[in-house]
Amino acid sequence: MIHLMLDYLSKNFNVYLNALLTHIGISLIVMLIGIVIAIPFGVVCAKYVKLSESILGLFNLLRLIPSLAVLIVLMPVLGTGLVPAVIALTFLAFPAILINTCIGFTGINPSVIEAAKGMGMSKQRILFTIEFPLAFPMIITGIRTAAVEVIASATLAAYIGSGGLGDLIIIGLSLPSTAILLVGGLSVAILSIITDVILSITQKRLTKFI
Amino acid sequence: MTNIALELVNITKKFAHAETNSVTGVSLTINEGDFVTILGTSGSGKTTLLKMVNRIYESTSGDIFFYGENIKKLKVEDYRRKIGYVIQQIGLFPHMTVEQNIATVPKILHWNKEKINARVDELLKLVGLGDEHYKKRYPKQLSGGQQQRIGLARAMAADPQLMLMDEPFGAIDAITRQNLQDELINIQKKLNKTILFVTHDINEAFKLGDKIIIMDKGEVQQFDTPYNILFHPANDFVKQLIETENIINRLKVLRVENFVQPLTQPTKLADGVIHNDKFLDDVLAKFFETGKKRLVVIDDQEEPIGEISWDQFIQLKKIQDNVVRLDVQKKNIRRVNDHD
Ligand SMILES: Nc1ncnc2c1ncn2[C@@H]1O[C@H](COP(=O)(O)OP(=O)(O)OP(=O)(O)O)[C@@H](O)[C@H]1O
Ligand SMILES: [Mg+2]
Repeated sequence: MIHLMLDYLSKNFNVYLNALLTHIGISLIVMLIGIVIAIPFGVVCAKYVKLSESILGLFNLLRLIPSLAVLIVLMPVLGTGLVPAVIALTFLAFPAILINTCIGFTGINPSVIEAAKGMGMSKQRILFTIEFPLAFPMIITGIRTAAVEVIASATLAAYIGSGGLGDLIIIGLSLPSTAILLVGGLSVAILSIITDVILSITQKRLTKFI
Repeated sequence: MTNIALELVNITKKFAHAETNSVTGVSLTINEGDFVTILGTSGSGKTTLLKMVNRIYESTSGDIFFYGENIKKLKVEDYRRKIGYVIQQIGLFPHMTVEQNIATVPKILHWNKEKINARVDELLKLVGLGDEHYKKRYPKQLSGGQQQRIGLARAMAADPQLMLMDEPFGAIDAITRQNLQDELINIQKKLNKTILFVTHDINEAFKLGDKIIIMDKGEVQQFDTPYNILFHPANDFVKQLIETENIINRLKVLRVENFVQPLTQPTKLADGVIHNDKFLDDVLAKFFETGKKRLVVIDDQEEPIGEISWDQFIQLKKIQDNVVRLDVQKKNIRRVNDHD
């Protein structure tokens, strides 16, 4: 089997590389958009305690909806192709980052904030030099969860024509060719693992103080 | 003449949804250079009072003046930077090293690196954590008492005029605590700091305070000198609070320097001497040891600055009106301010 897989790879290396890079590209874009939007929402959510409970509840519910369902539900609205795939995947990345940001901020020991205030630090300074660094372990946990979810779901997005490693799986299933199927599947798995390892190292580096 | 550092006028605090006031009608005038301790049972409003001074809480009614200016009119961040606040829960920044914690306010004030480093070293030495390796530690790598000392160093970093200290020595062992108390008295004298210091510990309140605020149920029961509180308690609550202490124990907390009289005759080599930072129980012991009727009080430089006589001593209760507050030290040592 490994022989067959290598054989496919050597003959179709450009196709494979293209699929892999598209997959990474989509995931990166989705994560960037997700982080940029979800973190500020998470902060707002943490600052308004009453709001936070309902927001957290709503997003925890949203998380239960399977990725494929989101993609399919959004298809009639957004059509097919790369852009709808990115939008749909961003919806998936959103809850984990938002919820963890919110928890990260609300979990900060209030006496730490009080000490900072008492010393005459401005709100902005407290936000960027105290709250963010302290919430960071939680935020990055959220990013890890979201990243793994996005990389896996990007596979499904191939069904709505976004390209990526999902294409290999579709081809593998339709031919059918177990080798191609496995190349696609294993690549997604390895990509997820590498991403998680990189993020977990980042997390450890930046959270020596815990 | 002395400046009024802090004036509280009829300060009341009632928290939203609370049934009763946490602080009621507190009026106090605190002079620059006063070391004021606040003594009271748990829940008596000590922390609430300090937080209103720092504007962490806004008072429900009443006004607070800092050097004559209503603090509501000051820019809150600038005002707070002039105050060193040691909060009851310490509140060190967990993601910053000891060094970074202490440097917080100097950094906000844009001190240069050398000045900050020098100040950090100085403060660490002061609180007894001068060993180089403490600097790079994170708060979780310190014991509770060590954390408290870093909290103290952090609050003093930018040499604030006013210090608010909420049970700063609560988690510190007796010996280190004594050293820190002595050190704090020293600093306060030398730099003429104004300090508001909350404590549960009667002995600490009497040892440190030039004046003591006794609080109960959100109200000031008495604001007076240690001597007057011991010998002229204002009401039953204060009486009860100090009743547990016998006369010797009361002497233990009264500083010699508060009872010095001017010299009545030139000093001689044969005179018994007592240091001005000792307490009245030491004076009693000295009278017994030496058999003398008069002790010459000396300062840190071994210079005579006054005397205490046996007659004066046994009439302690009568002489309170003649007590000479010893301000010699404060006057002689020019304000040292090495950060301007
Ligand atoms: N944020 C708050 N909201 C409502 N009530 C409060 C708040 N902070 C304090 N209180 C109440 O105000 C009263 C005074 O509290 P405070 O913390 O000032 O007491 P304290 O004298 O500092 O006590 P301790 O010695 O235990 O620290 C208490 O009854 C407390 O329950
Ligand atoms: Mg308190």
